[in-house]
Amino acid sequence: MALSPLRAVVARREGAAGELDAELRLRVPSDVARVEEAVELVARHLEASFVDRRTIRFNLRVALSEALANAILYGNAEAEDKGVAVRVLMSRRAVEIEVTDEGGGFDYRCLPDPTLPANIPRPCGRGLFLIRRLVDEVRFNDAGNSICMILRRA
Amino acid sequence: MAFNARKHPGGVLVIEVDGQLIVSNRQELKQRVLDALEAGDRKFLIDFARTGYIDSSGLGVLVSLSKKIRDEGGDLRLAGLNEDLKTLFELTKLDTLFAISDTATEALAAY
Repeated sequence: MALSPLRAVVARREGAAGELDAELRLRVPSDVARVEEAVELVARHLEASFVDRRTIRFNLRVALSEALANAILYGNAEAEDKGVAVRVLMSRRAVEIEVTDEGGGFDYRCLPDPTLPANIPRPCGRGLFLIRRLVDEVRFNDAGNSICMILRRA
Repeated sequence: MAFNARKHPGGVLVIEVDGQLIVSNRQELKQRVLDALEAGDRKFLIDFARTGYIDSSGLGVLVSLSKKIRDEGGDLRLAGLNEDLKTLFELTKLDTLFAISDTATEALAAY
């Protein structure tokens, strides 16, 4: 059966300083086969407005792919009845990408450094490390089931 | 996303990754390489010349395949990384784990 394409809802809203911001919302099913489609959809909306193309082509795509994979695999445990909410707030100064799953959260404070010599040969443990290296700021909610990645415009 | 495999006359199995190597297709690549390893192939080259980005699960599959191939007395090498992919390997220090060539042609000449 053909899957229906993902759709984003985009709304304009007034920012804190009175400027006009845009907000994009998207719900992604708990299926890793939909990750690339979701990443491309968000990237297309951001590409035109970012002067530094590499930030979207590389940093955004990899970071969002990681966050969605974590949310689907570990947050929602691939449960069909759960989804991942993506909210992107685009302002003059930055882009905030929030990815929220329906799981119980995890402790993001105690993750080993995958670049230590003993950890380099390990097949896992690089997802959050990459996100932190590729975006300007990372925040979590208290429950640990929502990550907010911030890319500042240069 | 597709994986195209061809056997080089020198005995190296070259696998071209056409598209991204991410969470949704990493198992397909893993199985393709494991099947070839089972069938007797020992020299592998993965060519990323047509790949935009790789995520951590894609990197993880490369790491675990590398170990499995080494355990069987073989070798897994990489080629064709664009600037973004090179950055990814440098950030994760995986450039210290793999032999990486600029192009598949260079990799095959040195294999």
